[in-house]
Amino acid sequence: MIETVTSMELPVGEVLRIKKNRLQPDILTGQEKRACIVAGIHGDEMGSQYICYELIRRIKENYERLKGIVDVYPALNPLGLDTYNRGFPVFDFDMNTIFPGSEDGGMVDEMAARIVEELKGADLCLDLHANNMHVKEAPHVRVMDDQNERLMGYAKAMNLHAVWVHPSNVVKEGSLVYAMNQEGVDSLVIESGIQMETDRELCDKIVNGILNVMKKMGVWEGEPIVNKTFIWEDDTVEYINCDSTGLFISSVSLFSKVKKGDRIGVIVKPILGAVIEEITAPMDGVIFTLRRYPSVREGALIARIAGESYD
Amino acid sequence: MTKEVLYSMDSGFREEYELIGYRFGKKGPGEKAACVVGAMRGNEVQQLYICSKLVQALEKIEKQKGILGENQILVIPSVNYLSMNAGRRFWIGEQTDINREFPGNPKGEPPSRVADAVMQAVTGYRYGIQFASFYETGEFIPHVRMMETGLQSTSLANLFGLPYVVTSKPRPFDRRTLNYNWQMKKTDAFSIYTGATEEVDEEQAMLAVTSVLRFLTRMGIIRYQCHNGYIASVLEEKNLISIKCDMAGFFREKVSINQEVHRGQTLAVILDPYEGKVISKIKSPTDGIVFFSQKNPLIYQNSIAFRIIKRLHG
Repeated sequence: MIETVTSMELPVGEVLRIKKNRLQPDILTGQEKRACIVAGIHGDEMGSQYICYELIRRIKENYERLKGIVDVYPALNPLGLDTYNRGFPVFDFDMNTIFPGSEDGGMVDEMAARIVEELKGADLCLDLHANNMHVKEAPHVRVMDDQNERLMGYAKAMNLHAVWVHPSNVVKEGSLVYAMNQEGVDSLVIESGIQMETDRELCDKIVNGILNVMKKMGVWEGEPIVNKTFIWEDDTVEYINCDSTGLFISSVSLFSKVKKGDRIGVIVKPILGAVIEEITAPMDGVIFTLRRYPSVREGALIARIAGESYD
Repeated sequence: MTKEVLYSMDSGFREEYELIGYRFGKKGPGEKAACVVGAMRGNEVQQLYICSKLVQALEKIEKQKGILGENQILVIPSVNYLSMNAGRRFWIGEQTDINREFPGNPKGEPPSRVADAVMQAVTGYRYGIQFASFYETGEFIPHVRMMETGLQSTSLANLFGLPYVVTSKPRPFDRRTLNYNWQMKKTDAFSIYTGATEEVDEEQAMLAVTSVLRFLTRMGIIRYQCHNGYIASVLEEKNLISIKCDMAGFFREKVSINQEVHRGQTLAVILDPYEGKVISKIKSPTDGIVFFSQKNPLIYQNSIAFRIIKRLHG
C-alpha cells in the first residue's frame, strides 16, 4: 500500500510528497517486526531505485513468505531525484547532513524531522547509497566504529563483499543512519556502485542481502545463510590519492587483486602527450573503490584498497 | 602590504589555482594579530567586495604607519575564485562546499587540501574574522555570529560595534566550518553577516569594513579614527522567534529588516501563484524587531519567512 509520509506545498501548483510502499501480511498478529529500506537521499543515485523496484517485485511475487512489515521509501529527496541533483536543489546542500532535523527549522529541517519520526520504532533501517560521479564502489556495508558490535550481525547477513567499520560521511553525525541509531533503531548504510548507473549485478547482490537480513529478522520466511564477509577496519584500508592534475587512465578494475608496487594507472597531461604520474599500490589487497571520472586534480581519490582477511 | 601566494594547485584546464593573501604590518616574524577571510563560496560577491575594500583601507592605514607595534594582519579575499569565475557556488569538480571541509586534510581530495591550506595559513592568529553568507536567500540585520563552543567570547564580539551579536549551538555540519575549527585552535573567531551575498550592497559593505577596523582599533592592532558604533545586544539564536509560511506561493512582504512590529501585525501575504488572490497572511506572534526577512519572491510551505527579536526591553 502506497502511503504519503509527509508533504509540503511547493510555490507553484504542486505538492511535494515523500511516499512509502508498505508491504505486510494480510493478517497481522501485532508481533511483526518492521524493516525500513530508505533510498534517494542523494538524488543522483539510481542503483538504489532499481534495488527498491526489484525488492518490491520479489516480495510481491512470493507474498506468502512475508512474515513482517517492510516499508520501502524510494525517494526521500524527490526534488533532487527529479532534477538529477545529488543535493537538495533549492538550497543546494547535501540532505544527508541535516538529520535529525528540527520541527522549528526551515522547510528541509522540518522534512528531515518528519522522516526521523516516521522511521522511529522500526527494528532495522537500511539506507541505500552509491558514490558520487567520480568513483565506483564494490558493494559493502558501512557501520560507525562505535556501533560495530551491535550492528555486526545484520551487517554480515547482507552477504556483501565486506563490512567497513569506519566513520565515513554517510554514517557520521548529521546523516540519517547516525540519527536513527541515536534513536535506538539499528541502522546500516549499504554502499555500492556509482551515481547515475544501475549495475544490475551489484544491485541484485544487495536485494539478495536485504532478503537474507529479513530472514534473520523473521520478516521473510526461510533460514538466513551468512557467508564469510571481509571486515575492513581503518588500519586495513589505504586511500590512494593522486599528486598531479590531468587525465587518469586505469590499469585495473574493481575487485582487482594487487600486490604492493603494482600499477593502478597513470595520470597523463593531454596537452603534453606525456605521462606525469604513475600510481602504484601501496600494499597488497583488493581494489574496492576505483576512479571512474577520468579528469583529476591533485588530491583526487583514485582508488581505495583493502588488505583483506576474513573475520 | 605584501601580496603572497599561500598555496597553489594545478587546476588542469585553466591557470594555476592560487590562494592569495595580503599581509599588513610588521615584516618578518611578528605578532599574528588578526586574520580575515572573505568569499569561501563562488556566489559570495558581497563578501569579496568587503574584503577588497578592507584591503584598500588597510593599505592606506599602513602607509600612515597606523598598524601598531609587531602586529601582523592577514587578509584572504577569496578562497574559491575558480568557482566564482565559472558561475558555480561550490568547489568545481567535486561540487563540495569548502566551508564543510575544515579542518581539511593535506593528503585528502582537492577541496579538503584547499581547506587544509587555508587552515594552515590562518592558524595562530589571535583573532579570526570571516565574512560569511547564509544558505537561504534573505536579508539580515548586520551582526556578528559565534558558535557556542565554550570558547566563544561575546564581550569581544561586542567590540565590532554592530547592533547584534548572535550565538548559536553548533549543528553537525557546523563542526566542519572554518569558524568552528578556528575556535578549536584557540583563535577568537567571528563570522560577520551583512545583508547581501550575490550582489554588492555598498552601504552594508562599508558597515562591515568599518566594524572590522573598529575592532582592530579597540584591540590595539591599528590606529584608526571611527565612531563608536552600537552597543550590541547579545542574542541566542534559539530565542529568535521563527515565523514560518503555512502555505506556498508568491511571497509579498509588508515589513523590512530592522523594523519594529507588533503582535498581530501582518508581516507578509502569500498570493496564489495562478489567481493572484491572498491565500494566507503571515502575522507577527509578538512585539519585536524584524531580524531576518525572506527575499525569495516564491516561497515554500514551512520555510522560515521571518525571524523576530522579541522586544528586549519594557
